[in-house]
Amino acid sequence: MRVMGSETEYGIHAPSAPGANATMMSARIIQAYATVTRQRAAGGAETRWDYTDEEPLHDARGWTVDRASADPSQLTDQPPVLDAEAVALAYGRQELELDGQDESGSLLMNMVLGNGARLYVDHAHPEYSSPEVTNPRDAVAWDAAGDLVALATVRKVAADTSLPPINLYKNNTDNKSVSYGSHENYLMPRSVPFGDIIRGLTPFFVSRQVICGAGRVGIGQDSSTAGYQISQRADFFEAEVGLETTIRRPIINTRDEPHATADKYRRLHVIIGDANLSQVSNYLKFGTTAMVLSLIEAGQAPRIEVHEPVQALQAISHDTTLATTVRLLDGRRVTALDIQWMYYEAAAKLAQETGVADSVTGDGHTHGVLERWESTLSLLGSDPAAAASSVEWVAKKSLLEGYRNRDGLGWDDARLGLVDLQWSDIRPEKGLYYRMLSRDRMIRIVDDADIARAVGEPPSDTRAYFRGRCVSSFGKDVVGASWDSVIFDVPGLGKLQRVPTREPLRGTRALTGALFDRHKEAGSFLAELLGQKPPPPKD
Amino acid sequence: MAAQEQQQPQSRDTETEVDVPEAPPAAPEAQASDATQGVDDLLDEIDGVLESNAEEFVRAFVQKGGQ
Repeated sequence: MRVMGSETEYGIHAPSAPGANATMMSARIIQAYATVTRQRAAGGAETRWDYTDEEPLHDARGWTVDRASADPSQLTDQPPVLDAEAVALAYGRQELELDGQDESGSLLMNMVLGNGARLYVDHAHPEYSSPEVTNPRDAVAWDAAGDLVALATVRKVAADTSLPPINLYKNNTDNKSVSYGSHENYLMPRSVPFGDIIRGLTPFFVSRQVICGAGRVGIGQDSSTAGYQISQRADFFEAEVGLETTIRRPIINTRDEPHATADKYRRLHVIIGDANLSQVSNYLKFGTTAMVLSLIEAGQAPRIEVHEPVQALQAISHDTTLATTVRLLDGRRVTALDIQWMYYEAAAKLAQETGVADSVTGDGHTHGVLERWESTLSLLGSDPAAAASSVEWVAKKSLLEGYRNRDGLGWDDARLGLVDLQWSDIRPEKGLYYRMLSRDRMIRIVDDADIARAVGEPPSDTRAYFRGRCVSSFGKDVVGASWDSVIFDVPGLGKLQRVPTREPLRGTRALTGALFDRHKEAGSFLAELLGQKPPPPKD
Repeated sequence: MAAQEQQQPQSRDTETEVDVPEAPPAAPEAQASDATQGVDDLLDEIDGVLESNAEEFVRAFVQKGGQ
């Protein structure tokens, strides 16, 4: 359908050590996974990140922000420095005994995993960036795989009784004015004018929360007003378009870091989404957004413009009856569902014209997204409560309403705040989403077995396959990797060998699977890959 | 719940309707009562899973900024 991927920053908390340094705890999480994967003998999954092609200050509108004038949090192209001294300051000297430090005395902050994902410390949170996939079903699978990775780290940390256990939460706010993101990335042709993207996406992003909002107890960045709202993130958005992701967050983010052949592609970096545990919401988030991008590319996005989109985004989030209307520039007043129906109709029409939704000759995914999109909008329009098994904010609300009805709780009751928080605890025995899932109160899009497989295996149909197999097959000889490179240090070669992977749809199993199967050693693998013998999968 | 106790005296037209209308209304009510029971069970289960001091736990969950 389209190359896409997710990024999840997990909320991190050690209940028995309040005030513990979040960056330090995040490093422990990464460290724990390095230890776990080593025990699994899955190869050297502790591969370092290669920052060469990171360009966080490139703006899609055509300029680059001067480093000196950027917010420090925007400089994501430098490895975070956490040296022995910083660790000691944060945690005391005994922390230095942690195994797994490299020679320079700094802790491991970055890993490339055998499934093609990246696991690293981003600011003060552990982040899992999924491998590139080509459809929303796989996006759900490899995003959920990240939750299992996170679970494995939490278990590993908890097994060490000398240090406080750490909880991870797949949510987006602490309800005390702080938000952290879950981003989506979509590959687009560079030829699409960015202005078209802004115009085509803004009304969609203002309204799509009704199908993929995760729900939040509290109104306002600091939750100072009691209540329940549709989106975790809506109250943290302050601008329509911009480069920042940590301050003055914009509905449309202009970071232009293609991680691919730059004159051919752009990577659309979407920062407005909520982290989703509900598979249906997550599936719709990726599937419908991908289809809207196709509308924009075809010049067929609905020609509507929302008046004051930031306020509209928040007004929609704050009304769980879905009755709130927002004003379009043409004077009409419409609900979020009305806007979603406009996009649905346009997407269905385009799919009809291009044939991608055909059940036999189509792409195998568009049909399913359209069907689910339509049924979800219909449910939300007729009986929203009936969407409790699919739409995340409705599911969470049904649980909260259960408590309110049984115990007569007001929205400002701390127990409802706890239900909201614990909904996203990634441990299945504590996480309330998982309690609902185990009772079949939430619909699965992907089998548990497929998610478990996605923890260890890369998707087969993108360059993530190449990256993941390099790590799992030749991990001890891979010294670095990024979205668009893998760097080998093969004994006897005398120099590092950097293999660029700038075409997201090369390096697939079809193109490189046999090559991996033919070689047990990185040296002979590289010789064939880079030498005379076909097929060279890269560039 | 109270469905069974509300056996109304047979109303008009007993001859023609006999017990045809009786059965269908029972089904949704039974479902609704199952659903209520399900919610009660769920809440009971979750009571046992929730962290113990809600107020303190929620207050202590303080995050540093992110993207």
